[in-house]
Amino acid sequence: MSVLIDKFDVFAGGFWLTLQICVLAAIGALILGAVVAVLRISPVPPLRAVGTAYVNIFRNMPLTVVMFFAAFGLPALGSNADFLRIPGLDVVFRRLSTDLPYFRFALIALVLYTAAFVCEALRSGVNAVPAGQAEAARSLGLTFGQNLRYVVLPQSWKASVVPLGSVIIAMIKNSALVGFFGVVGDLSQTADQLTSAEGYAFIPVAIGISIGYLIMTVPLGALLDRIEKRQAVAR
Amino acid sequence: MDDVTTGEPLIVLDGVNKWFGPLHVLDDVSLSVGRGEVVVVIGPSGSGKSTLCRTINRLEPISSGTITFDGQPLPAEGKALAKLRSEVGMVFQSFNLFAHKTILENVTLGPVKVRKEKPAAARERGLALLDRVGIANQADKYPAQLSGGQQQRAAIARALAMQPKAMLFDEPTSALDPEMVGEVLDVMTSLARDGMTMVVVTHEMGFARHAANRVIFMADGQLVEDAPPTEFFANPRSERAKDFLSKILTH
Repeated sequence: MSVLIDKFDVFAGGFWLTLQICVLAAIGALILGAVVAVLRISPVPPLRAVGTAYVNIFRNMPLTVVMFFAAFGLPALGSNADFLRIPGLDVVFRRLSTDLPYFRFALIALVLYTAAFVCEALRSGVNAVPAGQAEAARSLGLTFGQNLRYVVLPQSWKASVVPLGSVIIAMIKNSALVGFFGVVGDLSQTADQLTSAEGYAFIPVAIGISIGYLIMTVPLGALLDRIEKRQAVAR
Repeated sequence: MDDVTTGEPLIVLDGVNKWFGPLHVLDDVSLSVGRGEVVVVIGPSGSGKSTLCRTINRLEPISSGTITFDGQPLPAEGKALAKLRSEVGMVFQSFNLFAHKTILENVTLGPVKVRKEKPAAARERGLALLDRVGIANQADKYPAQLSGGQQQRAAIARALAMQPKAMLFDEPTSALDPEMVGEVLDVMTSLARDGMTMVVVTHEMGFARHAANRVIFMADGQLVEDAPPTEFFANPRSERAKDFLSKILTH
């Protein structure tokens, strides 16, 4: 087990990179997912169709295939995803600006894939608000916008936050794939590096990276439980 | 309760038809409700009485015919419709209180956001209304913490807070435990006494008898009878009404 101490800096570096890609992917997926959700509940049929098509494609395709498309499809189209070299953001997330584009490709795949699930979590929240409340708001004379803002969204958010959290936890675990698509130095690729290149025994290394993922996912899960309990009281 | 109506009627439905797909739920319904009048709508389930009630503030758009409120035809969707709805209070079978807001916040949301009243003033009037319906001590609780009867009284206070010209009641006591029906009907009766124009869809025949100016009997989407309650309950003219009354009054 000495590898955990001897190579602590390697594990810590892997943890830090995985955390970075997860934070960026979560932000991207929440934004894109919200846009797709608005499309899907829009009263305009063509917009609804676009939203539905998006969810059907990305929710039903294996993440590995999405990663393949991002890592091999984008270069084939001549893109290095340079639009992700966002000034300011790349001070903290330095991998955004490296010449090797694989961090950006993996990020795109993770965002596209996760956004479909974010959309559905948000939509299930809107559907959880009883239609009668929206009707009561209309009968008081609230406009469509006021109805959403004061009655529907505050409640749909509460119903969305727990499923959203589950989506993000799944995304953190899914991020273990990025190491197989050219990203060097995240938690899962660290394991590969330490075992096959440097000859450390597999089980201690696996325990080390497991701890790394659990440090991210367990507190998030505990936070969700707390939010859920607080809501149960308010209900 | 005589001679309450003055001037031109407040609500006029003229030749109103409504289809749900192939189902003809409102069949050429014409009806006028005077200011201060209390009209109780009864009939078997599926007769279209709830739909009739919901067309008056256009929660249910109609297929043909006209509805005028206070001399104006009902506007289509948009700001004008929102304004009209703010002048017509509505009370639902399932209360439909906003679950994330306290009782007082439920009552003040409309006045503050729709009427742009000052929160302090809306709050003061809201508390007075809650006092009037007998639940002032529940003002800071959430809807789920109240009994059904209290929730429905809060819903009535919420509608009254907009100072509506008329109130619509869509089976307000049907979802209540029997012992809570009375407290809601008491509030409605006192509203009727104070001269509120009311359209009430209900199965409470006692309320129809003592609080209504007119009883409307509906069946199969048609308005079958329209008579003062004493006359209707003593001498229903149509077979449908006789049949309906015999079924509900024998128990």
